[in-house]
Amino acid sequence: MRNMPKMPTAIALASSFLFLGACKPVVLAPAGDIAERQKDLLIASTGLMLIIIIPVMALTVWFAWKYRASNRDATYDPNWDHSTKFELVIWSAPLLIIICLGALTWVGTHLLDPYRPLDRLSESQDIAEDHEPLKVEVVALDWKWLFIYPEQGIATVNELAVPINREVEFSLTASSVMNAFYIPAMAGMIYAMPGMETKLHGVFNNEGEYQGLASHYSGAGFSGMRFKAHATDEAGFEEWVQKARDGDTALTREEYLQLETPSENVPPRRYARVDPELFDRAVNMCVEENKMCMAEMMAIDDQGGLGREGMLNIQPVTDDKHARRGTKPVLGHTPFNVVSICNPAEAAAMFADLGTDEPVERRGREIMQSRALPIPTTLFQRLQDTTIRDARASGASEQKL
Amino acid sequence: MAVPANVETTFLFGRLTLDAIPKDPIVWATFVVVAIGGAALVWALTKYRLWGYLWHEWFTSVDHKKIGIMYMILGLIMFVRGFADAIMMRLQQALAFGGSEGYLNAHHYDQIFTAHGVIMIFFVAMPFVTGIMNYLVPLQIGARDVSFPFLNNFSFWMTAGGAIIVMASLFLGEFAQTGWLAFPPLSGLHKSPYVGVDYYIWGLQVAGVGTTLSGINLLVTILKMRAPGMTMMKMPIFTWTSFCTNILIVASFPVLTATLVLLTLDRYVGTNFFTNDLGGNPMMYINLIWIWGHPEVYILILPLFGVFSEVTSTFSGKRLFGYTSMVYATVCITVLSYLVWLHHFFTMGSGASVNSFFGITTMIISIPTGAKIFNWLFTMYQGRVRFELPMMWTIAFMLTFTVGGMTGVLLAVPPADFVLHNSLFLIAHFHNVIIGGVLFGSFAAINFWWPKAFGFQLNQFWGKVSFWFWVVGFWVAFMPLYVLGLMGVTRRMRVFDDPSLQIWFIIAGIGAVMIAIGIAAMFVQFGVSIWKRNENRDLTGDPWNGRTLEWATSSPPAHYNFAFTPVVHGLDAYADMKDAGAARGQGKYLPIHMPRYTGAGVILAGLSTVCGMALIWYVWWLAALSFIALVGYAIYHTFNYDRDYYVPAEEVRLTEEAHARQMAQGA
Repeated sequence: MRNMPKMPTAIALASSFLFLGACKPVVLAPAGDIAERQKDLLIASTGLMLIIIIPVMALTVWFAWKYRASNRDATYDPNWDHSTKFELVIWSAPLLIIICLGALTWVGTHLLDPYRPLDRLSESQDIAEDHEPLKVEVVALDWKWLFIYPEQGIATVNELAVPINREVEFSLTASSVMNAFYIPAMAGMIYAMPGMETKLHGVFNNEGEYQGLASHYSGAGFSGMRFKAHATDEAGFEEWVQKARDGDTALTREEYLQLETPSENVPPRRYARVDPELFDRAVNMCVEENKMCMAEMMAIDDQGGLGREGMLNIQPVTDDKHARRGTKPVLGHTPFNVVSICNPAEAAAMFADLGTDEPVERRGREIMQSRALPIPTTLFQRLQDTTIRDARASGASEQKL
Repeated sequence: MAVPANVETTFLFGRLTLDAIPKDPIVWATFVVVAIGGAALVWALTKYRLWGYLWHEWFTSVDHKKIGIMYMILGLIMFVRGFADAIMMRLQQALAFGGSEGYLNAHHYDQIFTAHGVIMIFFVAMPFVTGIMNYLVPLQIGARDVSFPFLNNFSFWMTAGGAIIVMASLFLGEFAQTGWLAFPPLSGLHKSPYVGVDYYIWGLQVAGVGTTLSGINLLVTILKMRAPGMTMMKMPIFTWTSFCTNILIVASFPVLTATLVLLTLDRYVGTNFFTNDLGGNPMMYINLIWIWGHPEVYILILPLFGVFSEVTSTFSGKRLFGYTSMVYATVCITVLSYLVWLHHFFTMGSGASVNSFFGITTMIISIPTGAKIFNWLFTMYQGRVRFELPMMWTIAFMLTFTVGGMTGVLLAVPPADFVLHNSLFLIAHFHNVIIGGVLFGSFAAINFWWPKAFGFQLNQFWGKVSFWFWVVGFWVAFMPLYVLGLMGVTRRMRVFDDPSLQIWFIIAGIGAVMIAIGIAAMFVQFGVSIWKRNENRDLTGDPWNGRTLEWATSSPPAHYNFAFTPVVHGLDAYADMKDAGAARGQGKYLPIHMPRYTGAGVILAGLSTVCGMALIWYVWWLAALSFIALVGYAIYHTFNYDRDYYVPAEEVRLTEEAHARQMAQGA
């Protein structure tokens, strides 16, 4: 993609004419390298296709006019219906274009894969070998965006700030319904899905205030689910972080459960502190007290499950966070959760190494990534090793605490 | 209207209460208009004693031609509803700026865009396509009806039943607020607890039975009922495209049915196929629904490709260029359409290699499609192009569709899709191909085959008015959406905060008004043509100098289609006969074996519709009763042995002689 064909002058002229007087064709004039390269690819593909589209449209008009019934000078050959030469052109011309476009697509898709760490900051700036991307965890709530800065230990709602010329690594999930996270000026969109984690890498090259939005319909409050993305220099970002830290609200699990209840057109909000487990718990859908985390459940199932005793390990859903989460299907059972099988002491031990002071090192959530990568072996390793074996040995019902 | 909270379920009425009647004044006004219109219609039918005629001649008809016409009427009626939704959306989006909420609340607006998509695809485009295939395929292959005439009638009424269920949601309860594919978890019980999604599910399930059965029916008809001599490679190109479409229907609609069954189980009995918790995977639904949904796109467009081929060849007075490559292109598209579904959700994050694979397969489809466009071009080449209405629609299609095809391939490039997915650019793209392809094609077909179906030509003047308003209106309405997409504007937005976008929505709204005039002009065209039908009679049965067998019949064709089964020697069978100066079939007329009309289809589909409504409202006793009645009546119908009769030779002789006299008069 470094050597992306530059957009042909004609198209540049055509598109600038099209947008003359138009205000912000942000997709065609982005502020970040990834979006820039996506735009280049978009224009190059359009150019490639126009090679065939324009002649086809011109020929349509020309043939229709030239061979109009009233034009008796034109040749008329009612039985002419085959020409190997023409057939070759008909099939090979589109084929050649598609071969070029296919090659461009293969390369472009791999280079601009949202999961792939950046290989440069912009056309003129290479990326340092030892660079550290800024990590931002994003949770799509009903109907607002939650941003957690794990390294800074702060969180914001409907407000994003990032330093320019620094790679940003987003990890995304959703709390109840699927959504898509999109800052058109920075990089393409990616879905945020409940119980799963997706990744997006991007960078801003120009300072400014940009529009961020939900680009997948998610229910009644969807239109108001937008936020401002501030791209500032490093100092400005530090200042912004400091301002957020100066507040006195903390985003705890209880606070999160409050926050995720549906609300519309939510003004920006900042949290000075944030529970370091929160994003992991959001992905694993176990922010609620006593609910078993998905990774834990999968790890247990991977070991063969708890057997029939597992049936006892449930509790009815009592909270009301998703409007009618406790609604019973008309012909079904009362909704239930699977209860976590580790007691508080075990949990504390398990998370002991996840201190709040140090930057939290993220580990093993691959199972939740939408790419269906291998089973996690780290986060709940202890559980696999001890609890399940014990549970198996003595019957899970007694182990349930 | 907000969703009634915690609806009590009673035995007699399920969850149907007085709260289910919408309080929205817009809905009320619509209801009043519909009620007055309906009452007027009932009054007129009663006054002119038309009920019996409708029942005996149309509703119970197993004649593929009448069923085809009924499909077209259903499509047109639903088209008006779908378009009303469209213009309401355009108005809302043109108004909701600068702090204004527009005139629609979220609950209403979200239903409108869902209903618009569902109605336009399932109850407009599908009936148009099925109607055209139903009418033409048996005529083109020289058959007297489809393979299973009763099933054909039943299929139509199931489609109509689905449409009735969806329409009922307007005045009773609500429709889904999920978007036209009802992705969970949004369409799950927790997020959509009331009847909206249930209307969606049962409407589509009832109609889906009709579509699947009609697909099987037409497939068997094409395989088994072709006239002697008509080998596969001598079939008219429209029959070929219909054949491929019905293969797609039979292979993909069961996927839709199964997917909706799983969603139903999630909603009714609390399974967890597509829930967030307990091992459910909502993304599996998205995969499954698009495994149906992408072939569906080709189900819609392929028959119209056939229409354009027939029209281009007829109005260029020339054999179709590259018939064989046209057939292979169609078959290629049929196969490839199953290998591209993931391009609808590149942004799910499936990884670069998966995305590239599906992006490139999508692009490959454009090769046979491009070949088709070239074939139409070279059909015009060295022809004598007559600019009658069908040909005008075809040229408009060729110019419009190429642009839509180009933006489609653009969206198939994953990195480009990452910035354009779910944007108004996408909306502009698929309207570009669906309006430019499916609708323009249906209008070409209506103008082309109307004289065949009714025995008189359509009015040219109003046809041209409609054409120009439609085509220009289309470009005015959808070009701004391309621009807005490039400005990063997402679909399904109800309110906007950036005032600079408003002008584009206003332009799009003006385009929608022009399309509205085009639609009105089309109805005027029908009205004027029917009014002055005696001035535009088609006596010959072949007003356009047609090339395929349907033009060998009288206009309208006798109910048995062909007195003598035609024998086919090559492509363009009728053009060949005319070239060879073959005389009309002569000789001894024989009695013709025909299927008898039956009301069973109406009754079975009616019971299915009642059952669907009962399931939506949790009225279990009615659901059980109607289901038992449905099965019972189906069994009872199998004991009806009076299913066929012979048209006496004398009647055939009289009909054919009358037609011969008519032709002589027209000549």
